Amino acid sequence: MNTKKISSGIWYLLLAGAFVLPFIPGGVGSTFHGHVLTMILLYASMAQSWNIISGYCGQTSFGHAVFFGIGAYGAAMAVVQYNSLPWFGAPLGALAAALVSVLISAPCFRLKGHYFAIATFAIVEIFNRLFMIWDTVGGALGLDYPILDDGWVNFSWSSDKNGYYLGALCLFVLIFGIVRWIESHRMGYYLRAVREGQETAESLGVNSSFVKLSAMALSAGLAGLCGAFFAQYNYRVDPPMVMSLDMSMKFVLITILGGLGTFWGPLLGAAVLIPLQEYTRAYLSHLGSGVDLIIFGLIIIFTMIRQPNGIMGLIRRFTPENEDSAAGDGEN
Amino acid sequence: MMSSFLQVLLDGILNGLVYALVAAGLSMIWGVMDVINFAHGEFLMVGMYVSYWIGFFLNVDPLYSWIAAGIFLFILGAVTYKLIIKNSLGKSAMAPLLATFGLSMVLKNFCMNRFTPNFRILQGTILEGKTLSVGGAILSVPQLATALFALVVLGVLYWMLKKTRLGWAIQATAMDSEAAELMGIKTENIYLLVFGIGGACVGITGGLMTSYLAVYPEVGSLFSLIAFVVVALGGFGSIPGALLAAILIGLVESFSGFYIAAVVKYVAVFAVYIAVILVRPKGLFGW
Repeated sequence: MNTKKISSGIWYLLLAGAFVLPFIPGGVGSTFHGHVLTMILLYASMAQSWNIISGYCGQTSFGHAVFFGIGAYGAAMAVVQYNSLPWFGAPLGALAAALVSVLISAPCFRLKGHYFAIATFAIVEIFNRLFMIWDTVGGALGLDYPILDDGWVNFSWSSDKNGYYLGALCLFVLIFGIVRWIESHRMGYYLRAVREGQETAESLGVNSSFVKLSAMALSAGLAGLCGAFFAQYNYRVDPPMVMSLDMSMKFVLITILGGLGTFWGPLLGAAVLIPLQEYTRAYLSHLGSGVDLIIFGLIIIFTMIRQPNGIMGLIRRFTPENEDSAAGDGEN
Repeated sequence: MMSSFLQVLLDGILNGLVYALVAAGLSMIWGVMDVINFAHGEFLMVGMYVSYWIGFFLNVDPLYSWIAAGIFLFILGAVTYKLIIKNSLGKSAMAPLLATFGLSMVLKNFCMNRFTPNFRILQGTILEGKTLSVGGAILSVPQLATALFALVVLGVLYWMLKKTRLGWAIQATAMDSEAAELMGIKTENIYLLVFGIGGACVGITGGLMTSYLAVYPEVGSLFSLIAFVVVALGGFGSIPGALLAAILIGLVESFSGFYIAAVVKYVAVFAVYIAVILVRPKGLFGW
């Protein structure tokens, strides 16, 4: 009890520190490290949104790039095509992502194992190609942001990028907060019950279709919000960037490397993979293109061979009694 | 009108036969081990590079160098099994899939790094530019040769699975690996062999394809997606299923490309797949 209080106190302190960081001179600003921190927060949030449906509920989706992309296009369309604010586009995009996810998943949840996985690959490919030829959303050229005034109104900063960092931190707190809340409430138990055995869950009165669909909608909507942030940060969207299989795989890999179905897994995965990717890209560029991705690939192979339960699995191995017992072991 | 219909039909069938051979190896691995080899498309790319570089440096035509590509990919497949699949199998459902995804990243980016992202086309191959006229339709001979070759390899594979002791052992392992082990089948070796054969099939296809397709590090991506779809559509582990599904996919591709628009052909392919899989969740011939 006491140790739990202390450890949650430490977490709140760290969080407060993260919020104060940009106000310390040279803390984040527009440095490369600031960029890396922002990316860690963004990718941790994305991975956590994926974790809801695939980790806690056990439905492995390779289609999250579609929802991420719809969110990204929501923000970008509002800004680029309608000269409006991302604050209107982002929620609409997230809502559209949730809606699309329900429409796709309702029939696809009937598919089992690899068949579900391949169906979600195919759906990413369909959306990617449709957006490539859809002129209203910019087609293959994508949407380029105009020059906007800095500030929260446009959610756009050109020189001092503290705003993006704080935005990513808010996104992170929102998504991790939602998942923490779900974990300790009835929905969390429903999700894990469906993961562990759909028939058993149904026999206990859990409406598994409703549980899966609502988890998917939430997961997709949050992924859409992350997409909107990505569009604002990147100042451009195009289908290969936001709506590709490679983007889908990022959701999957970060979560699995950190620990599938665990609360801190997505953050740990992002905190390891993103700096690795960003710094190797920056510092190994003299070795030619692709070296960062070769290292990325080798780490994935090594993790899957040695520790498929990810960093959380590694931590558990060395801490026999863990307080995070509510989380699953990543097997499904 | 009639001749364009024939042209589109034959193009679709030829493409479908090539897809069938690409998918056959994937289908076997899936059927026997319940593993999706995500690096399958990159195996194809490696096979193409093998035959390209042999053609480039030693002046050997793809008509012969497919043998080298097949052998190289057999070894690559077996090594992949030994080093990666064997160690990730059974740990979690996702481990082999993601491990092979990691491998695909390594292979793709290694080739990107070493060979640049440029498109490379082998010049002066024996069949280059040759065409054949069938009832008003014009077929490219290299593509026709690859397609016919695919049919032969598939036939040999099918015969091997159905008629030889090795094939029976593979089938037994696919059905129940523990029981097979008890019957004295070394399932470990069967897995190794299946991964090798799967690699060899795709290596042979890649080796032949260099006679009419450009080689570049990303070339495998689309083929591997199509192979996934073909295998899932055909039902796992079924060679005839993969063949029919591949021809169906080839026809959907060529007809939608011609009669609707070239840009929508893969949308149509994947949409048809989704539509079929929703009616028959385990594929056309799956159970």
